[in-house]
Amino acid sequence: MNEASNIRELKNVLEAALLTSHQPLSLDDMLRLFTERMERATLRMLLDELKQDWAERTMELVQVASGYRFQAREKYTTYLMRLHPEKQVKYSRAVMETLAIIAYRQPVTRGDIEEVRGVAVNPNVMRQLQERDWVDVVGQREVPGRPSLYATTKHFLNDFNLRSLDELPPMEVFVPPEA
Amino acid sequence: MIETQRNAKIKGEEFTTLPKDLYIPPDALEVYLEAFEGPLDLLLYLIRKHNLDILDIPMADLTRQYVVYVEKMRAIKLELAADYLLMSAMLIEIKSRMLLPKPAEIAEEDDPRAELVRRLMEYEAIKLAAQRLDEMPKVGDGISVASAYFEQISLVKPPEVSLDDLTEAWRNVLKRASHFQHHKVGRAELSVREHMSLILRRLQSARMLEFTELFDIAHDGIPKLVVCFLAILELAREGLLRITQQQAFSPIYVQINSDE
Repeated sequence: MNEASNIRELKNVLEAALLTSHQPLSLDDMLRLFTERMERATLRMLLDELKQDWAERTMELVQVASGYRFQAREKYTTYLMRLHPEKQVKYSRAVMETLAIIAYRQPVTRGDIEEVRGVAVNPNVMRQLQERDWVDVVGQREVPGRPSLYATTKHFLNDFNLRSLDELPPMEVFVPPEA
Repeated sequence: MIETQRNAKIKGEEFTTLPKDLYIPPDALEVYLEAFEGPLDLLLYLIRKHNLDILDIPMADLTRQYVVYVEKMRAIKLELAADYLLMSAMLIEIKSRMLLPKPAEIAEEDDPRAELVRRLMEYEAIKLAAQRLDEMPKVGDGISVASAYFEQISLVKPPEVSLDDLTEAWRNVLKRASHFQHHKVGRAELSVREHMSLILRRLQSARMLEFTELFDIAHDGIPKLVVCFLAILELAREGLLRITQQQAFSPIYVQINSDE
């Protein structure tokens, strides 16, 4: 029995699943939508078509680290943010710099972070990053004290709209003042 | 590349007085302390502010400016100055090493400033990267993810009760009733309708009763129990009662159908 036989219907199923999911959906997630076997290549093709179908609409289908999701096009951000005027609290520079060190130099220990920033790591900073699920411990460095090694999570990539760490903005190098 | 005579000069000018912007009123200093993320950050600020060449830092100037700053800082917030004092010591050490004449045979000696420069550049890169990350749109702050409503409650709908379950339950009532059988058969007029009201009233106060609780096995004879059962069926048929059972053989519950 073909529960969803034609391409239009298959795309509709994918669309419904993606629009209602609270998490990005991976290819494996989406394959589970169908009882019949589907090639990953077919699924990718359907997703490409779906992306095209939405090209002129308010939502765009994007791929992030853990899969695909629909999100509002950037041009609507200004409007949408007005719905939530209680602006998110900005993270301190210490938090953002620590996050940047972990993102660009991972896996790193607290010691590595202190070396770069020149000051002790405030435990509160690490707690904030871990509570946000942007950073977690991926192991220990095999040196005395076995310090924890920190790395960024998939959730961090999802939240920053990235598929992988390669997509982080390139590091800028200190430019000496013009002579 | 390294011109030692530049140590005391910036862009060829003799550098003897403290730059004006270095003076911070003591009251405002604490605000500034919050603004710096550490000694490297302060050094970068000084280098940027005075347009010094990071690849050819005039150590004497930088150290002097830095120490003045840290002294002020120390007067107000001692515990915070510890990291800064360590840096002072490092700056002074570099400065002294640069003053020492190089032995002729070690012409290729590393610039004593190399490590400091490396750290400053690394920190500057991270600082800029952090600013970029901060400015990037994030989910919940610049990115709005689609999340259409999907009613998932239907997945936990209450189990259906089959007629067989109900009959089975009824048989159990009868079976138990047989243990309490009375031999006297009353002449009381048994009205199904009356029992329907009785049952509804009981459920009004109790909200939910187990099926067997609706039967007074100890006192009522079989005819009355039958009437009671008919009343329940009639109420269910009219949609006034809801009869549910979690799983086979578990207790059957009766409650007022409040859907209407």
